[in-house]
Amino acid sequence: MTGPVAGWGIPSQERITAEIAAAHGSAVKPEHHPRRDFAPYRSSVLRHPHRAPVPVGDPDAAERTAPVLGTRDVRAGDADLTRQHPGEPLGERITVTGRVLDRAGRPVRGQLVEVWQANAAGRYAHERDRHPAPLDPNFTGVGRCRTDDEGRYAFTTIRPGAYPWRNHVNAWRPAHIHFSVFGTAFAQRLVTQMYFPGDPLFPYDPILQAVTDPAARARLVAAYDHALSRPEWSLGYRWDIVLDGPAATLPGPEETS
Amino acid sequence: MTLLPPTPSQTVGPFFGHALPYEGGGDLVPAGHPGAISVHGYVRDGNGDAVPDALLEFWQPGTGLGRVATGADGHWSVRTAPPPAARPYLPVCVFARGLMHHLFTRAYIGPAAAAGGLLAAVPEERRSTLIARPEGDGTYRFDIRLQGEKETVFLDFHG
Repeated sequence: MTGPVAGWGIPSQERITAEIAAAHGSAVKPEHHPRRDFAPYRSSVLRHPHRAPVPVGDPDAAERTAPVLGTRDVRAGDADLTRQHPGEPLGERITVTGRVLDRAGRPVRGQLVEVWQANAAGRYAHERDRHPAPLDPNFTGVGRCRTDDEGRYAFTTIRPGAYPWRNHVNAWRPAHIHFSVFGTAFAQRLVTQMYFPGDPLFPYDPILQAVTDPAARARLVAAYDHALSRPEWSLGYRWDIVLDGPAATLPGPEETS
Repeated sequence: MTLLPPTPSQTVGPFFGHALPYEGGGDLVPAGHPGAISVHGYVRDGNGDAVPDALLEFWQPGTGLGRVATGADGHWSVRTAPPPAARPYLPVCVFARGLMHHLFTRAYIGPAAAAGGLLAAVPEERRSTLIARPEGDGTYRFDIRLQGEKETVFLDFHG
């Protein structure tokens, strides 16, 4: 036994799973987004507001416009996470692609999409990640690209590993890729995580389960798409992203300097 | 028209530091920009403790986007231009480990901030959480309290 033991203030998986079930049982209507107040995810306890947010209806709000990043900030090659070092990273090579849309189904064009992830062993190239899994000198796990005129993005990377964390005893995050996406309005901003289909860790993970509606959780899971797999090279996953919130009410997004 | 269901938010987590912050991310305007102001503060949780792993974004139309991570003491700082009288505020978006869905707020800056609009719609006892306090020399203090006493007023644009 190398890890912590339940009972000294560190909850067991059984306790967390029971709390998740209770929270899901208390959901009276399907909600699109996770609850900010979701105690099974212990870090949320002191970091969610108690007061309801104040609605802003102002059509001229600055938040209804958006920056366009990327013309200057994205270099060719930033979208291929397997070619950022002299050698190739270890792991299962994959491509992930999809479209960024608003809720009306309109493509979000020319906007920045950023990703970050653990390596194939489940370790982040981040100084504060202490998981005793190997770093991969050929993998940083950071990528960016701009959407095309159909709102499409595409990354080549390796499939990340699951990794342990200290929310509770024997806590493991399902494999995921973090996504950061801009829309046509700052109010559409989204940071989220993409998961892989069929991961057995889903029911144990309080971060995914903070989305209490099963249909909404399913929207965080990419689909394996055999047509995207390339012979003797990589496996393909498809994942579309739909941004919430009001689209821009003013003419197109503004270019930043 | 039937709207597509949105992709749910998920927390930014603890390990964004090598991915999202970038050099000069706190400079919405360059050093030496005429009339530039500095806006800074601390992010704190419901215990009043520093949040050392928050990521803040600032979007000022016509000026630029800012993105800064908080330090070990929860402190952050950006340099920008004074916001225009028509929109006397700096929009802020807050991400953090433990925060499942980002939060929007505004730092109201300067004398025009007192006039009407959103501030008038917020209960008086909470209004000060939206106002950046002048410290002189073009510097303004804006603390963000995620929870509890003096909890920052957060905003909803989806209604």
